[in-house]
Amino acid sequence: MFLNATEQTTWLPQQASTVASEVDSLFYFIYYWTIIFLAIVAFCVFYFSWKYRNRDNTKKLKSSSHNTILEVTWTFIPFVLVMIVFFWGAGTYMKMNVIPYGAMEINVTAQKWAWNFKYKEGFANPRDLVVPVNTPIKLVMQSQDVLHSFYVPEFRVKMDIIPNRYMMTWFEATKVGEYDLLCTEYCGASHSEMLGKVIVKSQEDYEDWVEKANVIDESIPLVEVGETAYKKHACNTCHSIDGSSMIGPSFKGIWNTMAEHVSTEDKLVDENYIRESILYPQKHIVKGYENGNMPSYKGLIKDREIEGVIEYIKSLK
Amino acid sequence: MREYLENNYLNDKTTIRSWLVTYDHKRIGLMYLFAIMFFFAVGGILALMMRLELITPAGGDLLDKNTYNVFYTLHGAIMIFMFIIPSVPAAMGNIILPIMLGTKDVAFPKLNLASWYVYVVGSAIGIFSIVSGGVDTGWTFYTPYSSSTDTAVMSMTFAVFVLGFSSIFTGINFIVTIHKMRAPGLNWFSLPLFVWSLYATALIQILATPVIAVTMILLIMERTLQVGIFDPAMGGDPVLFQHFFWFYSHPAVYIMILPGMGIISELISTFSKKKIFGYTYIAASTMAIALFGFLVWGHHMFTSQSEFAALIFSVITYLTALPSGVKIFNWLATLYRARISFEAPMLYALNFLLLFAIGGLTGIFLGTLSVDVMLHDTYFVVAHFHYVMMGGTVIAFLGGLHYWWPKIFGRMYSEKWARISAIMIFFGFNLTFIPQFIMGSLGMPRRYWQYDGLKNTDVFHFYHQLSTIGSWFIALSFLIMLVYLIHSIKNGKVAGSNPWGALTLEWQTPSPAPAHNFLEEPKITHGPYDYDKIEIERTIDK
Repeated sequence: MFLNATEQTTWLPQQASTVASEVDSLFYFIYYWTIIFLAIVAFCVFYFSWKYRNRDNTKKLKSSSHNTILEVTWTFIPFVLVMIVFFWGAGTYMKMNVIPYGAMEINVTAQKWAWNFKYKEGFANPRDLVVPVNTPIKLVMQSQDVLHSFYVPEFRVKMDIIPNRYMMTWFEATKVGEYDLLCTEYCGASHSEMLGKVIVKSQEDYEDWVEKANVIDESIPLVEVGETAYKKHACNTCHSIDGSSMIGPSFKGIWNTMAEHVSTEDKLVDENYIRESILYPQKHIVKGYENGNMPSYKGLIKDREIEGVIEYIKSLK
Repeated sequence: MREYLENNYLNDKTTIRSWLVTYDHKRIGLMYLFAIMFFFAVGGILALMMRLELITPAGGDLLDKNTYNVFYTLHGAIMIFMFIIPSVPAAMGNIILPIMLGTKDVAFPKLNLASWYVYVVGSAIGIFSIVSGGVDTGWTFYTPYSSSTDTAVMSMTFAVFVLGFSSIFTGINFIVTIHKMRAPGLNWFSLPLFVWSLYATALIQILATPVIAVTMILLIMERTLQVGIFDPAMGGDPVLFQHFFWFYSHPAVYIMILPGMGIISELISTFSKKKIFGYTYIAASTMAIALFGFLVWGHHMFTSQSEFAALIFSVITYLTALPSGVKIFNWLATLYRARISFEAPMLYALNFLLLFAIGGLTGIFLGTLSVDVMLHDTYFVVAHFHYVMMGGTVIAFLGGLHYWWPKIFGRMYSEKWARISAIMIFFGFNLTFIPQFIMGSLGMPRRYWQYDGLKNTDVFHFYHQLSTIGSWFIALSFLIMLVYLIHSIKNGKVAGSNPWGALTLEWQTPSPAPAHNFLEEPKITHGPYDYDKIEIERTIDK
């Protein structure tokens, strides 16, 4: 019976959180009633159309144009059904919104067009939300610029992120795996590229990961660190590496050139220039990109990653 | 009368000036009709191009991302503000309402003409915003994005502000006309249901439209004077904008659908040759929907407002939705033991019953709090909205257009092609939008220019392809319609005064109607749906 199916069905994605099956049961309850009502409507339309089609010899049939009992009945039955649906939906909704006491907290920062997750252990992880399985996770979310919305279809969780306030939601993943994280509130040009991943790990793997995430692995070459950061911090949604102009200037071949500035004199693209552009982007606004879309990565990016990005840009000739 | 009325409102005066300064409601309605059809075509072409872009998961096959975002915004804004809102009331209603009431014109003919000019000015400002770079905020103009983007938000919001006045003018005119200008003997409960629906619509237009006007002005003030109202960077509250916006835009949905329902009542009764089932219920529920429609705006914000507010709005939403749903039963009961014939307008009415039923039932999913959290801002919403607005209003509008076409131009279109086109729209429409329900519930977000690199990319790709192919069928059927309708204006066979054998007053006058609507004072001898008592001969051969 696919009411209990946890894998993806025709209509619904895989169930990978504690609330998913409850939401889905109600979805299918409404779905079957929809089919029933639609069948009634379709039957009446087609059957009456055929049965009472007008032929030359058709006589007027006697039929009333009003029937109180009938009208009360067909109002009352749908009324009862929608009230069932309302209370059922409201019950689950409260469960989805009341955050369990003692849930593990992770801070979420949304900005054009990147996700970033700050952990209590004192580090931030761009793009990927890594969580342990079977543990309630409380998300404390904020936006740096416009509205965004946190959506993971497999978890049936969605919450708008409104700038200037904290928005909270929670979930408890029930299956180890990787899930898409999508932004579902339109947030500008690269809205459809504001994607991330939720990576659910077993408790052990999660603890391993936290340990590693806290330590900077000096063995990875800087340029690789930079390339990873370029993707994970979503630099790629605005800056190309092939010379084409996107929302921001391309990274290709800009190292050691003079950047044309809007207000101040032209500046040499060097280590300090790149560092400042990442942390205080409004300081350097390049001609042709006056919209100033770039958000600050202050507090969201590690020093080693900045050094990596510098090396990476150097390598793009 | 089986002839074509030689001296009619179309050729009463023939100079261009006589059209531009006309006070004749039929001519004003006709000018509205051409204007809205133009914008319908523009909005439709934008939609076709978006669908073509989405036929592959990667972005940029046809449109770059900025263009895509501008296109979906314009598609929404044009279709809502320049097409659907004026479509049935300002175009169809203007032409038909006074004749249905047995009067010479609307109560304020000059105001009526003014409303058309205001509409044209508003649309021109809208077009200006298109040529000056377009808008990329979505038709909802959500802040703070709309207060910070550097596209032409100001001119588009100003266009919406101006268009609102044209809507209010029409509303005032209709209310006064219905109260004061009914032919002697035509009392409230012998009014055709189309009139009731226009009356309810006019009430909403007058009461709700000022709210969007104020909202748009506040948004413009925020952008120009930097007054912090909605933008948190200036101390404003973005959710306040959502409240203001939906306080108009939800009732506006009823501005769009109620008159469509009115048309359907006319069509079903006429082509079933049977009295409409539950006249009083339909009239009363139309008024109730208009009033309760003001209390449900919060259901657009289940994922951004407080839980308590969400609970209240969810329950009121259901109570408001019930009367709309029950109307479908009324129409079905009208078909029972009737004498049904299947001319093109009736095919549209049957289309409406099926499509609107799907639109309404899928609304139950969205009104349910826990399920809405999953479906909110996905293609499920897009599909639901199109089933109600296109499957509902546009289909009803097309039904009305085919129904009153012989009255407007005095000639019949090709019945065969009209039926083909109506059936093709039905299939094309379902092919376009049923896949959108499925991919929406699977988690495909709306307003996405690309959907590459997702877990479900392959599944979405399949459904997007179906949807795009469906859109071509819709386009083709509209092309067919365009050809046979234009062809009929000069070459169609003469319709006569009452080609459908209908009982409402507009069929008592010759076609096309004379300049002052009636050659002699119309007499009210029967109710609008008294098909059980009298039978009127059709003025065309079947």
